[in-house]
Amino acid sequence: MSLLEVRNLTVEFATSAGQFRAVEGVDVTLDKGEVLAIVGESGSGKSVSMLAVMGLLPWTATITADRMAFEGRDLREITPAERRKIIGKDIAMIFQEPMSSLNPCFTVGFQIKEALRQHLGLDRKARHNRAIELFEQVGIPAPEKRLNVFPHQMSGGMNQRVMIAMAIACNPKVLIADEPTTALDVTIQAQILDLLLELREKNGMALALITHDMGVVAETAERVAVHYAGQKVEEQPVAGLFGRPYHPYTAALLAALPERATSRILPTIPGVVPGQFDRPAGCLFAPRCAHASAICQTRPPLPRGADEGHARCHTPLLPDGKTVAAPIEEVSQ
Amino acid sequence: MSEQIVTARNLARHYEVKQGFLSAPATVRALSDVSFDLRPGQTLAVVGESGCGKSTLARLVTMIEEPTGGELRIKGEAVTRDHWASLRSSVQIVFQDPYGSLNPRQRISTILQEPLKINRPDMSAEERDRLAREKLALVGLRPEHYDRFPHMFSGGQRQRISIARALMLDPAILVLDEPISALDVSIQSQILNLLVELQERLGLAYLFISHDLSVVRHFCDDVIVMYLGRVVEQGPSKEVFANPRHPYTKALISATPRAVPGSGRKRIKLQGELPSPMDLIEGCPFAPRCWRVTDQCRKSRPELSGGAHGIACYNPED
Ligand SMILES: Nc1ncnc2c1ncn2[C@@H]1O[C@H](COP(=O)(O)OP(=O)(O)OP(=O)(O)O)[C@@H](O)[C@H]1O
Ligand SMILES: Nc1ncnc2c1ncn2[C@@H]1O[C@H](COP(=O)(O)OP(=O)(O)OP(=O)(O)O)[C@@H](O)[C@H]1O
Ligand SMILES: [Mg+2]
Ligand SMILES: [Mg+2]
Repeated sequence: MSLLEVRNLTVEFATSAGQFRAVEGVDVTLDKGEVLAIVGESGSGKSVSMLAVMGLLPWTATITADRMAFEGRDLREITPAERRKIIGKDIAMIFQEPMSSLNPCFTVGFQIKEALRQHLGLDRKARHNRAIELFEQVGIPAPEKRLNVFPHQMSGGMNQRVMIAMAIACNPKVLIADEPTTALDVTIQAQILDLLLELREKNGMALALITHDMGVVAETAERVAVHYAGQKVEEQPVAGLFGRPYHPYTAALLAALPERATSRILPTIPGVVPGQFDRPAGCLFAPRCAHASAICQTRPPLPRGADEGHARCHTPLLPDGKTVAAPIEEVSQ
Repeated sequence: MSEQIVTARNLARHYEVKQGFLSAPATVRALSDVSFDLRPGQTLAVVGESGCGKSTLARLVTMIEEPTGGELRIKGEAVTRDHWASLRSSVQIVFQDPYGSLNPRQRISTILQEPLKINRPDMSAEERDRLAREKLALVGLRPEHYDRFPHMFSGGQRQRISIARALMLDPAILVLDEPISALDVSIQSQILNLLVELQERLGLAYLFISHDLSVVRHFCDDVIVMYLGRVVEQGPSKEVFANPRHPYTKALISATPRAVPGSGRKRIKLQGELPSPMDLIEGCPFAPRCWRVTDQCRKSRPELSGGAHGIACYNPED
């Protein structure tokens, strides 16, 4: 049994211009001690899909899924009281925007101690000691002094570390880390990632890591899911994804890395991601895809098998990474 | 030298912070002794750990705040408060957050015209409109985007809008405070390409703040590495990356993750406590975490020396 299992998750928002589908048919499986990275286009529903699992989306969101289970129990069927015991404790999240998720009116020390009080029922002294220990673990200098400062008195990266300390405070079984290290320099980033991997070793914590940093993905993750326009378009073990991507979007994303650049002008993907009103009838990536054929314009592709990276694609890339086989339907015509 | 568009000499910015009701205020030395030159068409990167003073430097160069020490010259003129108004339009800033930095209730047209309304009050409405549309096209957005609201754009498009707004007053210098770290790789490269293109066409000078060393290496001519408010290494980016001499720079480069799974690289792990900018440190600020530390390092602070590729270290790597 997986620790976290989500099947066919779809999230729609009610907007003044009508329903907007932010997540479409996404599956997430996370086993004990596993590290899954989620990458992809800005606005492709990475954060929203995880916020849906946490139950933290606003009321304008409509969530549907065939299954959304933690330790075998569907999160939508348990009582609010049971839910509060799980969310924030067993499943914790490091939010993408630390500034907007810390309360500006309270010191950071108060906020972390409050979380410890609610979930673990520690006494005053134990809370204080644990808070200092956590601040040390995430590399906050002079932790004792920092407990008494307000979020606006610290730099962006320091607030991000406070958020991380709060998320790991109760030793979660699943940690969803949404861009946990974007505001940090690489030595601190390395320290934080080591800390998260250590928690995995020690407690069997599973980690879902949302990031744009492909270097972090390559060095931290075991499995990688690639999102585009609300869908998961590919999922592979990390070596396969970097070595032999099947979906043209994945390949284009990797080609855009400055690290792989051969000239000052970098390769980019032409066009923009489809909006609410110009969602294509077929493959969502087709309008920007160098390999799209007739069928891609009209029929939405289904995910392929694991041997082809679960790619949502009619024309997955061949090993040379440049060409595709003709789609089966066209050959048989 | 008239060729330089920005010259900074020993810039410093210290803050007084209150620590409770009774204790004396502490001084946060956010930035000390930063010197550099920036020429038109040149890109200078500022890297370093979180809280080392990068945004503080950005605020000084953009005249959002005044330095508490040192000298700043822009276009040859000394930057003092009475010159701010006349110099401000030459320096514009683009912030990290493409979501928070645009007013959600204003249309793109209003957002773009605002700097002109404030700084060029005599300009006619037609002329403002014409210039705003021109800048929108310059950053690769389409005419139909002109009357839309920010929430209708993707992160990358919003960052283009921020850049267009920064270009409205035809600045000579753009300060880019982590302009791409919130964006996905393909949009990052779009924005970087846009910046390269604008620099070639308009001869802009960039002060580029970033955590991503692979981007800095690709994109920047010179680099300043800061630690706890001070420069520890400074020089042409090619040289600094090829031959990092300060142990902190070396640690930074070695900790930069590479997009190659299973490369099994050894990275330098820093031990020891990160000092707080409120502490008064006698020696080298990096000494508590340095693996080459000697008694001398703990006693006195090494000055930046070594000319074009300068380092502040008693026992540099060779
Ligand atoms: N409350 C909301 N109401 C309407 N639309 C929303 C809301 N929250 C998010 N969205 C939209 O849902 C889509 C997915 O957003 P999400 O934040 O999940 O993207 P993401 O993949 O995390 O992107 P990024 O990499 O930029 O963080 C976006 O188009 C976003 O504008
Ligand atoms: N208004 C202020 N009052 C007191 N301290 C401040 C103020 N602004 C900044 N600081 C402190 O100055 C130091 C430098 O902050 P700055 O924002 O320049 O860091 P940074 O290098 O941009 O960090 P990051 O990478 O996290 O954005 C930090 O220790 C910060 O807490
Ligand atoms: Mg997100
Ligand atoms: Mg900053």
